[in-house]
This record gives sequence, C-alpha cells and structure tokens, in this order.
Amino acid sequence: MKRYFGRKIVIYLSTFFLAVTVDWAIPRLMPGDPVMNLLSRVSVRAEAAEAMYGYYTKAFGLDIPVWKQYINFWIALFHGDLGTSVYLFPQKVVDVIIMAVPYSIALLVPAILLSFYAGNKFGAFAARTKILDNTLLPVGYLLTATPYMWLGILLAWSLGIVAGIFPTAGAYDFNMAPSFSWPFIFSLIKHWFLPFLSLFLVQFGGWAIGMRNMIIYELESDYSHYLESLGAPRSLIRKYAYRNALLPQITGLALQLGVIVAGSLVTEVVFSYPGLGSLILSAIQNKDYFLIQGCFLFIIIGVLIANFFIDIAYIIIDPRTRLGMAGE
Amino acid sequence: MIDKNNKKEKEPEKEDKIPQKKPKKINEFVYFASRNTKLKVGLSVVLFFLLVAIIGPFFTDYKWNAYIGPISQPPSSEYWLGTTTFGQDVYTQFVEGLRASFIVGIIGGGIATIIGIIIGFTAGYRGGMVDEVLNIITNIVLVIPTFALLLIIAAYLKVRGILMESVFIGFTAWPWAARAIRAQTFSLRSREFVDLARISGMKPYKIIFTEIAPNMMSYLLMTFILQFGGAILIATTLDFIGLGPTNAISLGLMMNYAVLWGALEFGNWWWFVPPGLAIMLIVGSLYIMNVGLDEVFNPKLREM
Repeated sequence: MKRYFGRKIVIYLSTFFLAVTVDWAIPRLMPGDPVMNLLSRVSVRAEAAEAMYGYYTKAFGLDIPVWKQYINFWIALFHGDLGTSVYLFPQKVVDVIIMAVPYSIALLVPAILLSFYAGNKFGAFAARTKILDNTLLPVGYLLTATPYMWLGILLAWSLGIVAGIFPTAGAYDFNMAPSFSWPFIFSLIKHWFLPFLSLFLVQFGGWAIGMRNMIIYELESDYSHYLESLGAPRSLIRKYAYRNALLPQITGLALQLGVIVAGSLVTEVVFSYPGLGSLILSAIQNKDYFLIQGCFLFIIIGVLIANFFIDIAYIIIDPRTRLGMAGE
Repeated sequence: MIDKNNKKEKEPEKEDKIPQKKPKKINEFVYFASRNTKLKVGLSVVLFFLLVAIIGPFFTDYKWNAYIGPISQPPSSEYWLGTTTFGQDVYTQFVEGLRASFIVGIIGGGIATIIGIIIGFTAGYRGGMVDEVLNIITNIVLVIPTFALLLIIAAYLKVRGILMESVFIGFTAWPWAARAIRAQTFSLRSREFVDLARISGMKPYKIIFTEIAPNMMSYLLMTFILQFGGAILIATTLDFIGLGPTNAISLGLMMNYAVLWGALEFGNWWWFVPPGLAIMLIVGSLYIMNVGLDEVFNPKLREM
C-alpha cells in the first residue's frame, strides 16, 4: 500500500509541476511582447489600460532572468496570486474563479456519483436479460457517443423553450436576490436540473455499457461457474460478479474525469450556468488570458484531488491493494 | 538426388497447402463479419456519413460563410437544411463540418494510435528502466485533463486550423492506448515464438513488427477506431467552447454559433439538430462496430 501510494503521489506531484510549468511557459512561448499581446486585444478605458500595462509588466517581470521569472511565478502561485482579470478589471482572477467553482461542483459531483451508481446497477441488472440487453447495447453506446452540449441543447430546447417547464439560463431567477429561503432554493434546483440531467444521461450510458461488458466477463469466469455448480442462488453469484466488475469501472472513472469535466464545461455554456465553463467562454471571447490560465490550473488541481479520492476509494473497496498484493 | 526428389515430392503438397490455408483464414473473418449485425449496421452508418462528407460539398454552390439568402428559413427544396439567423446555408456548413470531423478523426486518432503503438511496444518489449520511465510519462499525461491542456494551447494561438487541432488532439490522446498496447505486448513477449526469434538473432524492432504486431492487428485496429471516435468528440467540445478553427467550419462550431445567436429561442432546430445528431451517430456506430469487430476476431465472444 505504501508503494502504491508513493507511486501515485509522485505522479500527482509531477503532474502538478508540469501543469504549472505549462501555464507559465505558454504565454512566453508565443511570439511578440506578451503584455502588448494581452492588452492590444481588449478594449478598456485608457486609464485602466495604463494601470494594467504597468501591472502586467511587473507581473511578467520580463526584465529579470528567465529562471527568476519562473521562481517568482511559483511564489505568486503559493500566495494565491493568479493575476488580475482583464475583462472584470480590477477583480482578482482567484476571486472570480472562486465565485464560479461552487456552481461547477454542484453540477459535477451529483452527476458523477449518481450516474456511476445508477449506471452500474442498471448495467449489471440488464446483462443477460435478453430484451433489456438488446436495447441497452445500442442505446448505451449512442448515449456515450452523444456530445454533452448537444444533449444539453436538445433538453434546453424541448423541455425549456418548447414545453416551458424548465428555465434555460442562469442559476436562479434574475429577479431574485440570493437568500436562504424556500422560493430561492426551489429556483436554484429548477435551474440546476436540466444541466444536471444532460450530464447524468451521457455518463449513465457509459457506465451501464461498461458494467454490462464487465459483468458478462465475470459471470463466465471459473468462480462463477463453481458457485453455480454448488447450487448457489443467482443473486449471490451476481453479487460477487458485480463486486469484481466494479473495480475496473472505478479505474475507468479516474480515467474519464477529464472528459467529464470538459463535458460539464460545455453543458454550462449551453445553459449559461455561471460555473467555470461559462467563465472560460467569456474569458475566451474577451481574450482574458490570465483568467483562462487560472481556470486551467483550477481544473487540473480539481481533477488531481478527485483522482486522489478515487485512489482512496479503490483501496477501501479492493482488499488486495491494502495487503500489497497488487501494485496498480 | 534424394533431396531433390524429396523436394519435388513435397513441392506440390506445399503449394496445395498454402493457397488452401490462407484464404480459409480470411474467409473465416469475412464469413463472421458478414453475419455480424453490429458490424454491418455500424459500418454502413459510418460509410454513409463518409460518403456525404466526400460528395456532399459538390451539391452546393455556396461557401459555408456566405450570406446567401433569407434568414431563419426552415428546410426546403431550395435550402436543404434551412438557413441560419444570418442567412447562411446550413447544408453547406453541415457537409463541410462533416469533412472536418472525419479529418480530425483520421489525423487525430491516427497520431494518437501511432504514438500509443510506439510507446506501448517499446515499454512492453524492453521492460525494466525504459518501461518504468515511459510508464510514469504515460501516467502523467493520463491524469492531466487533456481538455484543459488543449484549452490553454488553443487559447493562445491566433490562427487555428483543423489540421493543427487534429495534431494537438493526437498528441494528448495517446496514453490509454499506450497502456493497453503495453499490457498486450508484455504478455506476448514471453511466448515461445518470440523467444525463438530472439535466440535466432533477430533485431528487436523486427521481432516487434514481424512476431508481436501481427498477433495484435485486430487489437490495434480497434484501438484506432476508438481513438477516431474520441478525437471527433474532443474536437467538438473544443470547437463548442470557442476554440475551434478560425478559418473553417466544423460541427462543434455550428452548435456554438447556433447557441450564441439564438437558434434555440427562435426555434431554428434545423441549425443545431443535424450536427449533433451526425456526431452521435458516427461515434456511436464506431463504438458498436468495435463490439462487432471484437466478436469477429475473438472466437470466445462469437456466440452471444
């Protein structure tokens, strides 16, 4: 277990290190003066532009040696300083992002957990039952192949605009002030539901298909046949097979995280949900590079933390990793 | 004398055997492939869209970004898929976008598969220190959310093209392929025929390409198909968030414009339904085709 964790932590630290280096290097690798590049493409008031030029020249520290710039970047990072947003001047990038992160998490975490649970259960249930299996296979594959934003667009259009049941923009009614009251919470849930549903459905298909394929493999293995020959009830064999089939699914969850996050970003764009996705879109449209860089770091840190949790879950679920019998 | 005689006697036998054996094996795959519904359905859908992507643009007189007519027209005999809120022809955009998707799939998926093959074979065959180092690199790229990486690279590029997008996708999508191919190579490495080749003094790269790779051909093909579909999906996501090609149209960009310019509010479904539907059908069919191929190549899975 020590070895397992040691390896993982080395990988996470090097990933973080690499990500920060990329974040630092990319603006400097692009041709031209990065500060002028940044400012020439935004239209801001003259006094703001002057203040920003001074700020960015200092922030980039282009007059000092490259290695010092790099170290300064790290120091600023550990002070939580990711620069100042251009299009939301004078707000700090960190503050802007922290405002958006709760919405993204509120969307992502329930969608991931619920779809993982429901998809696996349904996949295991559908495997080897003729009718369900025959429909699950094509439907599941088509669902995982659906671009997240397209499902979002369809839901927003059909349930939101045509049927008028759900709102299609924002996180709560525009004429409401955030407060801890029932109407406000109801409004939050109403706005949250459609983006959640589109994230949930796409992932559900993937987990159901994955579990179906895995559990069929497990049901064909020796221990299942042995149990069968002993006369064990079908539900018991299924239970054992399910547990074994769940392990590769958890590894799959870790591998899929990046794709899921990307999916949630574009889903937020469709529903104008005020999370990181919408923030990135406006940052791109306003050429606010500091904001993009900040979002990049936040996403990477988030995915690394999630990966770490999945590793812990894996150790809890699979006793072999605990006993040091399996490395990865 | 005897040798010659023997040879003469054996030769016809050999000639008989070879032509018999070879077609039999190919026939077997063709036979099972022709009976496999999943493969047939998946392949036909993909080929249909490929055909539309190739010959579709010849049936339109417009450029994808030209303002050619009345705005927000529903599909008609004049404008096959209607027009956008700016009066652009949706059909033209759709077929051009399909082309872009297939280009991204082939180049992006191809590069990712090739890198995966090189790293997977090297790590799996060499083992030891090389394996360890490559493994760490693979794991690092595996953990990084690829999309975030593409996001920051694309954001800083002033001019973006479809080719460049495909190359970047290829260079970030390879890790799982490398990992899977490494595992397969690892298990094949210790087989007798590989040992035999090694003892007879074959060069490592020759062993890999003549002894190991042919045994994994079906696996490599399926890896490419999955990477193909994955590349299309990543490109769509990237395009939709506004980092797509700056000088061309793609299916993701179509959906981006549709959402930004009020297609939902005006009910212009012909603008946003076709691109997403095409992607879903292409990628979904690729996945289903893959299951079919698996059954064709793997006798254990055939009877299901």
